[in-house]
Amino acid sequence: MIDTTAASIDFSIIAPEIALLAAAFIILVSVYNKKMRNLAPVIATAGLLVSLLIAIEQMGNPKTGFFGMVTCDDFTVVFKILFVISSLLILMFGRRYFVSKNIDRPEFYALLCISTMGMMVMASTTDLVVIFLGLEIMSVPLYVMAGMDKRSLESNEAGIKYLIMGAFASGFLLMGIAFIFGSSGTTDLRRIAADFQFIGENYQLYFNAGAVLTLVGFAFKVAAVPFHSWVPDVYQGAPTPVTAFFSVGPKAAGFAALLRIFNFGFEDMEFISDIFWMLAVLTMTVGNILALRQGNIKRMLAYSSIAHAGYILVAFAVGGSAAMSAAVFYLFAYGLFNLGSFAIITQLEIRSGCKSELSELSGLSKAHPYLSAALTVFMLALAGFPPTVGFIGKFYLFTAAIDGGFIWLTIIGVLNSFISVYYYLRVVKVSFLEKFEGTFVPVKYTPAMMAVLLITLAGTLGLGIFPEKLLEISRAAIFAFL
Amino acid sequence: MTENIYWIPLLPLLGFLVNGLLLGKLPKRVVSLVACGTVGGSFLLSLMSFLELKAMPPDLRLIEQTLFSWISSGDFHVNFGFLLDPLSSLMILVVTGVGFLIHLYSVGYMSHDSGYGRYFAYLNLFTFSMLVLVLADNFLFMFVGWEGVGLCSYLLIGFWFEKKSASDAGKKAFIVNRIGDFGFLIGMFIIFWQVGSLDFMTVAAKAPEVFVAGGTLVTAACILLFVGAAGKSAQIPLYVWLPDAMEGPTPVSALIHAATMVTAGVYMIVRVNAMYILAPDALLVVAIVGGVTALFAATIGLVQNDIKRVLAYSTISQLGYMFLACGVAAFSAGIFHLMTHAFFKALLFLGAGSVIHAMSGQQDMRYMGGLRKYLPITFGTFFIATLAISGIPLMSGFFSKDEILWKAFSSDYGHPILWALGFITAGLTAFYMFRLLFLTFYGKERMDEKTKSHIHESPKFMTIPLMVLAVLAVVGGWIGMPHIFGVTNYFEAWLEPVISSAKPAVGVHMLTSAGGDTAMELMLMFSTVILVGLAIFAAFKIYNKRPEVADSLADRFKTPHNVLLHKYYVDEFYGAVIVRPLIYFSLFLWKIMDVLFIDGLLNGLAKLYEGISETMRSVQTGRLRSYATVFVIGVFILIAYAVIE
Repeated sequence: MIDTTAASIDFSIIAPEIALLAAAFIILVSVYNKKMRNLAPVIATAGLLVSLLIAIEQMGNPKTGFFGMVTCDDFTVVFKILFVISSLLILMFGRRYFVSKNIDRPEFYALLCISTMGMMVMASTTDLVVIFLGLEIMSVPLYVMAGMDKRSLESNEAGIKYLIMGAFASGFLLMGIAFIFGSSGTTDLRRIAADFQFIGENYQLYFNAGAVLTLVGFAFKVAAVPFHSWVPDVYQGAPTPVTAFFSVGPKAAGFAALLRIFNFGFEDMEFISDIFWMLAVLTMTVGNILALRQGNIKRMLAYSSIAHAGYILVAFAVGGSAAMSAAVFYLFAYGLFNLGSFAIITQLEIRSGCKSELSELSGLSKAHPYLSAALTVFMLALAGFPPTVGFIGKFYLFTAAIDGGFIWLTIIGVLNSFISVYYYLRVVKVSFLEKFEGTFVPVKYTPAMMAVLLITLAGTLGLGIFPEKLLEISRAAIFAFL
Repeated sequence: MTENIYWIPLLPLLGFLVNGLLLGKLPKRVVSLVACGTVGGSFLLSLMSFLELKAMPPDLRLIEQTLFSWISSGDFHVNFGFLLDPLSSLMILVVTGVGFLIHLYSVGYMSHDSGYGRYFAYLNLFTFSMLVLVLADNFLFMFVGWEGVGLCSYLLIGFWFEKKSASDAGKKAFIVNRIGDFGFLIGMFIIFWQVGSLDFMTVAAKAPEVFVAGGTLVTAACILLFVGAAGKSAQIPLYVWLPDAMEGPTPVSALIHAATMVTAGVYMIVRVNAMYILAPDALLVVAIVGGVTALFAATIGLVQNDIKRVLAYSTISQLGYMFLACGVAAFSAGIFHLMTHAFFKALLFLGAGSVIHAMSGQQDMRYMGGLRKYLPITFGTFFIATLAISGIPLMSGFFSKDEILWKAFSSDYGHPILWALGFITAGLTAFYMFRLLFLTFYGKERMDEKTKSHIHESPKFMTIPLMVLAVLAVVGGWIGMPHIFGVTNYFEAWLEPVISSAKPAVGVHMLTSAGGDTAMELMLMFSTVILVGLAIFAAFKIYNKRPEVADSLADRFKTPHNVLLHKYYVDEFYGAVIVRPLIYFSLFLWKIMDVLFIDGLLNGLAKLYEGISETMRSVQTGRLRSYATVFVIGVFILIAYAVIE
């Protein structure tokens, strides 16, 4: 157990956050200089890279500081790495898109850094208040980013909707934290975990209600049904790279918080498992069924991201280290192939007038054979086919569920995967089999886009064949707080 | 060389990759150089490893080499491993040696074909698979080669796939072989189930402890393996694909459907002879099937008019001899005949190819005749091969066939009836082979003028392999002369370490062997020679002197002649009893089960889900008000649940 009395103010613990903040700060100052403006992506990349290197350095060296408010264990580090990598990938394939839509503003890169920093804060604490702080640091830039394309009605709509619903959810979360503090006298999960059985009979009710409200707050972020309604509208309206960002980083941060709170803090709370399986079943089923009839790829991927949250929630219902490390593994895996899919959509949207309707993909295989092949791989990974990492991820999740005795939940999960095959393969079908009248305007690749595609593709296939290393990392994350 | 056995199969694989990947990009000369060079290299390596093996003391002649672990799952381990012992070293010599000659021959034979590169790529792939088959150190790896040669056989039979009969023949070969493979697989499962390993050495060592001699399991396993062998080696009832396989290019018939692949079944049985020794009933089945097939195929061969078909039935018949040998536990005799047969049958096919080449593609012997003076080299070598297959004394076929006949008579597992099957077959063989010889090379020239003007001796690339094989067809048998000639049987001695010496367990064998002594052996040998002589004389009388006799004989025995001509109507029988019902059953499964039932169910489900999806979409209004409502309802339900708990 980590020493809770550590009162030291040790900035090395939060060095990755500081690096990001510094990058954001430099960008925000440099917007006033014409030459410096264009350097914003470079500065952001540098900040993210430095942050990544420091984070990797922190692995295997758990520390606590700032009066117990900040904890940096392997769990924190693994998630930090996930956040930074996803932000880096977004940065690499987003620029060209923004330029083509004439919305390339340096502020975006600052916001990206700040939001990533917020996620890091969420993962590097055991205190509910700090988690909330991190959540808000992460979310506020997201609202702005969603509405970044200010000339587009959809983008504005997305920003506003996300802001209102986000504020709504934050209210519930704050309420939950208040209930927990009121009933247990602390917001520190380590003390709650240690003294769980001493919460008085009279306060148990408030405590339970507090736990549920907290859960709701994060269920909103990870897009669990019925707190998911914002997802389709926001995903479709926001600029595509921003949507890609939403679907990985904030979702992983939400899950990191859920892991910390419910697997570590409240792990003795039995009814929570019931709530999680209810959410899992609802989320998987609603996500997949609604995805079936979508004609817009971004909207389809929005529902698909809901469905994937459902699969991960299965792990929470099951509990235990095997399920939890499977969840971490799945977050990494999902991040890879989901970002890959979004990168391709971004690449296609660079053509003017493209709105990511499914029908716009027809004839893709003729114009971009390699791109269609990559798209096929990502769709197969989303659907969970071997030899992609999508299969391995689902395999670990469902194996853990079976070992935990949740056979029926596994059956529901597998049935849902079957349903999902339909709409994922429809994308493949359209791009390969349907003829396109007129000429398909090929789009040039930037080297950065090429790199993103190669990285995500290599990861999707490579980790599908050799998953051991990632599994090791996922286990290390979970064992950090056991 | 023995440290790097894997180079032997690897070379042809490289040849295949080069020719296959650069298909259509390489000039013909490079293609032939790569194809022949790799197989030739393989042959040299095989020769070197054979000599190294020979230099070792006999009981140490066993080299196992594991490349890497292939499958490792629980107790189940399979390696990519090679096993070089006297048996496999002999087989690789035959495969690469005869294979190399046939590759050379093909350079001439296929020179005008547009699929030149494809042909040699397949041929290299075949050589690779065949080498894997004979070098594998376990059943499963052998099965890889087994299926590989099956695939190449299919590809090469259907090489001229624009011709419907060729592609049909390819399919037939493949499907019939699958039936055999099924038996092979089940046999393999039984062995793994009982022994816990698929390794040949382990199986051979453990089989006597694990299996009860004469027990049901070992008998079942051996019979099932034999079903596999019968498929690959064209024995009753699975022989039907081999005559049709003659649709492929003639060198392919020589290499795959005479010399090497079709003998894989014989090799496999000898490879696991330690198990067969424990199952006398299975041996009896092998012997009977082999003997009957030998006789049965020989009778069909009597009346066929297509030169390649005669040779095809002759191959089936000779394979029957090999199984007869295995069935009476004379494993080394089986392998001996396999080797000599590879020489003279490859020569016969290549000779036939040379004839067909000269006759502008004509294969019907009724339109040949008198070719002796046009094709002197082809005729000379063909004549030697005919002598060899007929078992004329001192030719290779004489020694190997005689050993089989003697073992069928005298072995502990033998019986005079089994000998009689082989004996009659020997007479028939001589008759149909000389009939073929006379019809083709002697008598009146029955071809039309246009064909006649084109007749020419084949190029050097084709005649040199013929001459080399002719030498082998003569001397190839001298290494296995019987003891009664007062010499050592080198062949038997070489294979001795591989052959289980176990005598049949007391009380389990059921045939009373006739036994026999030297006098008996000489007498039987003498009577066979007499019979062969008589058969040749008859063929000479009928087909060379008075061809009209053949027609009048056919007229007089119309019914039996028709039955033979139609190959006992076996294809028609299979068509009516197996193929037709299967087609109807498939139609039922397709039209009724699949389209109506399964598709209907799935489409219904899909419709249902689409409906649900459509309904649920209406909740997604786009209005924040309704989103918040859903949100709050969710919170209430969850809190209610938490409070009630």
